[in-house]
Amino acid sequence: MRVLAAGVAIAFGLLVLAGYLFPLGTLLQVRLLLVQWAIILAAAAVVVGAFNLLGVHWKKIRTKQKDSALSALLIIALVFSACFGLALGPNSDFMRAVLDAVVVPVEASLMALLSVTLVYASIRLLRRRADTMTLIFVAVAVFGLLAAAPLPIGKIPLLSEIQFWFVQPFASGGARGLLLGMALGSLTAGLRVLFGMDRPYGGK
Amino acid sequence: MNEMIALILIVLAAGLLLGFTLLQRKKAPVFREIAAFTQLRRAIGLSVEDGTRLHVSLGWGGLQEAHGAATLAGLGMLRHLVELTSVSDKPPVVTSGEGVTAILTGDTARSGYKAAGAEEAYDPVTTRLSGLSPFSYVAGAIPAIRDENVSLNVLVGHFGPEVALLTDAAERANALAVAAADQPSAQAVLFAGLEKPLMGEELFAAGAYAGAGAAHQASLQTQDILRWLIILALLAASGLKLLGVF
Repeated sequence: MRVLAAGVAIAFGLLVLAGYLFPLGTLLQVRLLLVQWAIILAAAAVVVGAFNLLGVHWKKIRTKQKDSALSALLIIALVFSACFGLALGPNSDFMRAVLDAVVVPVEASLMALLSVTLVYASIRLLRRRADTMTLIFVAVAVFGLLAAAPLPIGKIPLLSEIQFWFVQPFASGGARGLLLGMALGSLTAGLRVLFGMDRPYGGK
Repeated sequence: MNEMIALILIVLAAGLLLGFTLLQRKKAPVFREIAAFTQLRRAIGLSVEDGTRLHVSLGWGGLQEAHGAATLAGLGMLRHLVELTSVSDKPPVVTSGEGVTAILTGDTARSGYKAAGAEEAYDPVTTRLSGLSPFSYVAGAIPAIRDENVSLNVLVGHFGPEVALLTDAAERANALAVAAADQPSAQAVLFAGLEKPLMGEELFAAGAYAGAGAAHQASLQTQDILRWLIILALLAASGLKLLGVF
């Protein structure tokens, strides 16, 4: 079974790769078809994931763990959303109102919390690791903020120019270096799966 | 033209990877020390000894997207962490934020236990889909960090700046966090939030440092060679541009 799974993964991976490199006729059609299948499978996997979530929180309630009342609330909300979503459709006014009234504000509040967390982390950074790289990091971050943020005193003279000529080339150069490294890492990780050296589907 | 360059790069990388993998079986390479991985090895041992739990977070990325490689790196890391901690009373808890990744997470954890000869220790509720958007994922993963007696958090995968909420939750729970992300914004946040951050492609070195096998070690050597080739190509292109060739 493991050999079959690896064989299917490698064959389909090579077909999709060939479709990208030689986007002609049948290969292109096969690639598009396989990608569509993958999207359908991914959607089905979300349903499996939802049942997994249900199982996790049901166990929390059953074993009377801490915050099991919140788990009960989650299950009620999950069942409620699934029932009404299936009955009315995801684009109905009611479902949109639920999304706008609950999901969007909660995510927005987490976003606000994130900005506070980041400021706090930056302050602690100097205490935790006061080395040259940290000082450069904090200085560039403050410099970038002062140059980009709308200040009550208006623009600070020369700051944008200094940022454009000195900070920006180093920042974009560094970011490109990081992205090149990530791309190489992605390439070798993909090749390992393509050769069956890594099998995240229950093999190695 | 772009397809041809991609093909050459893939064939070259594949040749190097296969060649180095065969060579690795004869002689293992020596890697430079990365502080975060040393810290991780120590923390795994301590968590097993004191009966606390490990939390592995794979982020909210899926495999069918451009950032799938980061998720693959996380899955590779998970496999070895599960194997290392299989003797612990408390099995690791794993959170992910995408359906396919969640299924693969369960499968990977199960194969880790199987390799360690402890398949019966696998509990499906320890591998969870905690949310499908960045913030809902974080909101679902924070209770695992806070309430489940976790002493070590390994965050490896696709994250954005919201990863700061996870590292902050770990710090509040007096738990160690070792994290590597693929997004530059997340790396900047991790640099500020962690004592020993992992930067750039160190995310993909996790498997090799965890002892995941010859292929992972060969990957690092392949990346090194390709990196030097790219540096030479960039320098040559700059020189030719200065000379007005193109």
